[in-house]
Amino acid sequence: MSFFGFMRRRNSAPVARERLQILLEYERRIISQSDLVAVLRQEILAVVSRHVSVDPDKVQVKVDRGAKVSTLEVDIEFPNAGANAAHA
Amino acid sequence: MAKVIVVTSGKGGVGKTTSTAALGAALAQTGKSVVVVDFDVGLRNLDLVMGAERRVVYDLINVVQGTIKLSQALIRDKRVETLYLLPASQTRDKDALTEDGVARVIGELREKFDWVLCDSPAGIERGATLAMRHADAAIIVTNPEVSSVRDSDRIIGLLDSKTEKAEKGENMPKHLLIARYDAGRAARGEMLNIEDVLEILSIPLIGIIPESEDVLRASNLGSPVTISSVQSAAARAYQAAARRLCGEEIEMTIPSDRKGLLNRLFGRRAA
Repeated sequence: MSFFGFMRRRNSAPVARERLQILLEYERRIISQSDLVAVLRQEILAVVSRHVSVDPDKVQVKVDRGAKVSTLEVDIEFPNAGANAAHA
Repeated sequence: MAKVIVVTSGKGGVGKTTSTAALGAALAQTGKSVVVVDFDVGLRNLDLVMGAERRVVYDLINVVQGTIKLSQALIRDKRVETLYLLPASQTRDKDALTEDGVARVIGELREKFDWVLCDSPAGIERGATLAMRHADAAIIVTNPEVSSVRDSDRIIGLLDSKTEKAEKGENMPKHLLIARYDAGRAARGEMLNIEDVLEILSIPLIGIIPESEDVLRASNLGSPVTISSVQSAAARAYQAAARRLCGEEIEMTIPSDRKGLLNRLFGRRAA
């Protein structure tokens, strides 16, 4: 085994650490999104729909998971009163 | 005030059962009443590790289903008199555990004991979620190895979402127990070190159990390492973890069995 091969064999822990950090960042995102975001989206939509008519496709919910805090971004597009009146 | 602790990990074979037995015995040796509960229905092993495999008559399923009383299923340890075992069933499967039944049994155990340690099955399914469901705190057993760390991360997510505490919006206290740690290999960069694991999982550390032949010897003998080799490095690590669990502040060290040169020369055992 060459010298470099020897070094590489020795220092596998930093590789493990980096792989885990990248993987877990991704997995935390998809797991929390698959559950939480779906629930939030559905419930927020239900509440908003009671007052204005909302196209379900125009609702976007995003969660950004940070180290200390996470942010929830809700983007709902609905037609304003003027546009509604024009249609009616 | 009884405390219910779930010992969990996600991955199998990392030392949940060994750690449950060793911590349970260490806590009981301080005079507190302790019950270790095997939730691994169908694949019970805590009885074997505790050396009580020939004394099992009734089990958790019988108690959950209400066919017998809790006191009939509890097995008292022959070495430490405040230590009890509630074994799992070997013939039934996890579906025999009902949610209400488990809640009732945990409630009864809370009245009888100071500490209730629930040994979770591996995985993230029903058996594991039922074991963590009513816990006041969790011990996550992790080996310094990629698949174990990944699965621990997953379990931490479940502890924060699927437990009673989490559903009430409360914080679930989590303690990391790193088992099978080899300080030499970590120092040489061959194994994830403590800082790596802590940084990745970001939960507080409750103990570091060194890789030790005494642990295998203990399970061979059916006696928790904190009973069979009280002075060993692994036992001292578990004793320290048990004291931290009780709220004591003890400096975090990695106990070692290695003798220093002087100790070797004079034939003394390293403390």
